[in-house]
Amino acid sequence: MTPRRRRPPVVALVLGAAGLALLVLPLAGLVGRAPWGAALDALREPAVATALRLSLECSLSATAIAVVLGVPLAWVLARTTFPGRRLVRAVVLVPLVLPPVVGGVALLLAFGRRGLVGQHLDAWFGIRLPFTTAGAALAEAFVAMPFLVVTAEAAFRNLDRRFEDAARTLGAGRWRVFRTVVLPLTRPSLVAGAVLAWARALGEFGATITFAGNTPGRTTTIPLEVYLLLESGRVDGAIVLSLVLLVVSVGVLVALRDRWLGGL
Amino acid sequence: MTPRPEVHRRGAAIGALVAAAAALLVLAAACSQEGSPAVSGPSPSGSRPGGTVSVFAAASLTEVFTTLASAFEARNPGTKVTTSFGGSSSLAEQIRQGAPADVFASADEVTMAPLVSAGLVEAPTVVARNRLTLVVERGDPKGIRSLADLGRPGTVLVLCSAAVPCGRLGAAALQRAGVTVTPASLEDNVKSVVNKVALGEADAGIVYVTDAAAAGGKVDRVAIDGADDAALAAVYPMAIVKDHRNDDGAKAWMTCVTGPDGRRVLRAAGFLAP
Repeated sequence: MTPRRRRPPVVALVLGAAGLALLVLPLAGLVGRAPWGAALDALREPAVATALRLSLECSLSATAIAVVLGVPLAWVLARTTFPGRRLVRAVVLVPLVLPPVVGGVALLLAFGRRGLVGQHLDAWFGIRLPFTTAGAALAEAFVAMPFLVVTAEAAFRNLDRRFEDAARTLGAGRWRVFRTVVLPLTRPSLVAGAVLAWARALGEFGATITFAGNTPGRTTTIPLEVYLLLESGRVDGAIVLSLVLLVVSVGVLVALRDRWLGGL
Repeated sequence: MTPRPEVHRRGAAIGALVAAAAALLVLAAACSQEGSPAVSGPSPSGSRPGGTVSVFAAASLTEVFTTLASAFEARNPGTKVTTSFGGSSSLAEQIRQGAPADVFASADEVTMAPLVSAGLVEAPTVVARNRLTLVVERGDPKGIRSLADLGRPGTVLVLCSAAVPCGRLGAAALQRAGVTVTPASLEDNVKSVVNKVALGEADAGIVYVTDAAAAGGKVDRVAIDGADDAALAAVYPMAIVKDHRNDDGAKAWMTCVTGPDGRRVLRAAGFLAP
């Protein structure tokens, strides 16, 4: 059947345009207000380079944590039944609805120096997570992992099990089936989920500043630096830095889209 | 947990409740319009503000202004006070962008001055002063007795960022004491510093006396030598925003805060007179 070219309904066009305007206008405001002359100078400041490096380091670490822990979690949720599974699936979504600052407090109560787990980490191994780069990555992973889990779980759930059954009947072990059948078939979704998680981690602010504090060179990522510039009344600097984050994230998304993401 | 601090804390909680009730009783007569130079109003019995008064104020004024707002509303039926608390600089930027504020109270004059020179606010009045104190974890397990102890290695110290007034004042206090420190974190506002110490994540922090008092028994206080000095005091200027919506309301609120009752509440919270 050849699809006939038809004009889309006017309602869809109007609402779609309004939706696009809602997303694009704030960015246009940012670009319009940007002090382009001062932008280059701002970028040369060592604090900015450090914050950018930290942002990339923490967001990539958070994505790695999310993938290593989140993909197995998604697999278990999609492919096994156990009592309380529905509850677990709901709990996985909690960081999506929790205000990030609340998430930060919750992380302190769990992994802080006096926290449920943190007090033992401190006493037994001397590990303290608050105020460290690892802590910032952990806070970002907490907020970002649900994006990966939700996407990956849907992909595993929608995968036709007959492919796996066929592979099993041909003698492949479970791990080989996962590696050669499941992973290739779900890869676009897994990559999309990882990219979503990375993007969320890159912009993370509330949980990071609450749990990991603000320590230049250790936990001051770009979003924190932007906020502090605003707090000190340096709006121009904040706008320049926001644009840096914008350019980096859009650049990565465009590059990934061509290579891997296809339909995303 | 030993039972002793539990009792202590409950006692502190009851004390806070009693204090709050007493404050409200005192305020039953507070912040009304009698005696203030009224302009015009709908009520035949004299001028009374109506509508909504939008108050933007520094985070450290949260408790005091919330109390005063309830009293103000109780004494001026039909008037509503909406408060927006945050970092002074953020609030100033919002006002610059046309946020609907009637009154703005900043935690320092550095933040207020550009608004005055840009003609965005009327001449400010200083409504209160504040001074710094050290807060340490309850029971002071690290034995911190003065600013000098903050320089000891292994001390987890949390300060305000230099982006906010308490950070600038704290740095000045440390410099004057000749103490070099390596802070674990530079928090974006003074309440976060108190919280980090109250949660036991930090051994010590430098905050305002009023924030330490508002934390109740969750932190211990250690006085800073020379904290009463004018150079180390925080100053809170308040001004009517020129592009305000509620003229009577804004003026009435200014009178309420600068009047005897406003001062009483500010003093009860640990602020110094202007």
